[in-house]
Amino acid sequence: MKLITAIIREVQLDRVREALIHAEITRITVSRVSGHGQQRIEEMYRGQRIVPDLIPKIKIEIAVNEAFVDITVDTILKSAKTNGKEGYVGDGKIFITPLEECIRIRTGERGGSAI
Amino acid sequence: MLVFIFMGVTITFASDGTKIDTGATAWMLTSTALVLLMIPGLAMFYGGLVRSKNVLGTIMHSFVAMGIISVLWVAVGYSMSFGKNVLGGIFGWNSDYFFLKGIDTNILEAGVPEYVFSMFQGKFAIITPALIAGAFAERVTFKAYCIFIALWSLLVYNPLCHWVWASDGFLYNLGARGAIDFAGGTVVHISAGVSGLVAALFLGSRRGYPYQVIRPNNLVITMLGAGLLWVGWFGFNAGSSISSGLSTAQALTATQVAAASGALAWIIIESSHQGKATVLGFASGILAGLVAVTPAAGVVQPYGAMILGVLASVACYMAIQVKNRLGYDDSLDAFGIHGIGGITGAIFLIFFIRRSWMVEAGTAHGGSWTILNQLGVQALAVVIAIAFAALMTFVIIYFLNKVVKFKASEADEMAGLDRSYHGERGYGMLNPS
Repeated sequence: MKLITAIIREVQLDRVREALIHAEITRITVSRVSGHGQQRIEEMYRGQRIVPDLIPKIKIEIAVNEAFVDITVDTILKSAKTNGKEGYVGDGKIFITPLEECIRIRTGERGGSAI
Repeated sequence: MLVFIFMGVTITFASDGTKIDTGATAWMLTSTALVLLMIPGLAMFYGGLVRSKNVLGTIMHSFVAMGIISVLWVAVGYSMSFGKNVLGGIFGWNSDYFFLKGIDTNILEAGVPEYVFSMFQGKFAIITPALIAGAFAERVTFKAYCIFIALWSLLVYNPLCHWVWASDGFLYNLGARGAIDFAGGTVVHISAGVSGLVAALFLGSRRGYPYQVIRPNNLVITMLGAGLLWVGWFGFNAGSSISSGLSTAQALTATQVAAASGALAWIIIESSHQGKATVLGFASGILAGLVAVTPAAGVVQPYGAMILGVLASVACYMAIQVKNRLGYDDSLDAFGIHGIGGITGAIFLIFFIRRSWMVEAGTAHGGSWTILNQLGVQALAVVIAIAFAALMTFVIIYFLNKVVKFKASEADEMAGLDRSYHGERGYGMLNPS
């Protein structure tokens, strides 16, 4: 089991969600986060351009069995790029971490079947 | 006049000798402010109903109308609406009203300075195009929207306003005592609702509608907005008496009663149909009731207003069910509430007209004037408003869309109006919706 954590642009959330649902990956957790990577963005404040230190991003977390790791990663890679092909600085990152255990609270099931 | 004696106010004379009725003027000033209050109210009502990425863009649709339409109204709008018939009565014109330059010392027969009346009417001109924005929320470019409401105000609102409310307008003079539209059932609500429907059909639905669930980002704001609309509506309806007296009181009472009965009817229908009385349902019922009583406030008694509120909620609730079946995207139900509610009010008010009004109509007609006679007048006014608003809106959008793309691009729509057109965000770090 792996935990796939993707940090993506806010504006790409709809596309990524749709692509994941299309790939039949529906069990996900989404949260709004802010962070600092390579990217710089500008916002407007009373006629002044400002560059915030922390940029708002979306974090997606998906716990998957080994067989689904590749398809999940491929789907996110394809759908989270800004222009579909080359992408721009700030499109985000994907982290994959080993997942020790997964427990369904309702039944107490453990392991792969609980995902 | 009672007000004068009670308060001991001295009567003011203007340069041309017409008396200012300070009581009426004070109420009209208050009403003018109250109607303006409805626009931030509408901004909040609509703003809460969209997704968080569109909250500012949606609020801006209402606010920018205050800018654009105010300027247009002073420049030509008041003249087109309340000037003398030109071009066979399609609209009005009076060069004194051009930039309001010739009304500096004018006082109306009602004892109210003309500035007050023109500003009061200007607020109606502002809110009407802002109402349309609900039909195509979350998916139009800011630039095209601005041009659209400017054109719509000039080509739809001003002529319609002239026909219904100017003393030489043809709907004002239809039948015995004219088509009854006390505060804007046809001019404001039917025209905005129908135009919204046409625009929504022309532009198509939002991305993902109706398969993807699109939820309101903040119903708390929506409810505050609904509250402000209810309060502001007293200026809208009771102010439309252009006086401070008996007819003001009659309109004010009808307004309160219809809003309340509409809201109650909605949650009763909803809880028997869906099992729960929703907060948004209550707000929708308030609006349905208020919209329906708008044309009727001057001629119905409280029991009539109460029934109109209920009828409006029934009709609007059914209209929204039909919308869900048909699947077109009238996003915030501009047609479902304002169009249907306005039509319901304008037609069904005939059953509750005050007896004295009918007697006067009979005298004016030189004999008798029946409910059926008035039904004909009302139906004709409604049909003309629907046909005119629908046709003109289609023409405006069709040609505007050739020059400036009206519908937001897919990328802009996904990013949200706030980021795409304003470069700002409405909320800090709330979870996405």
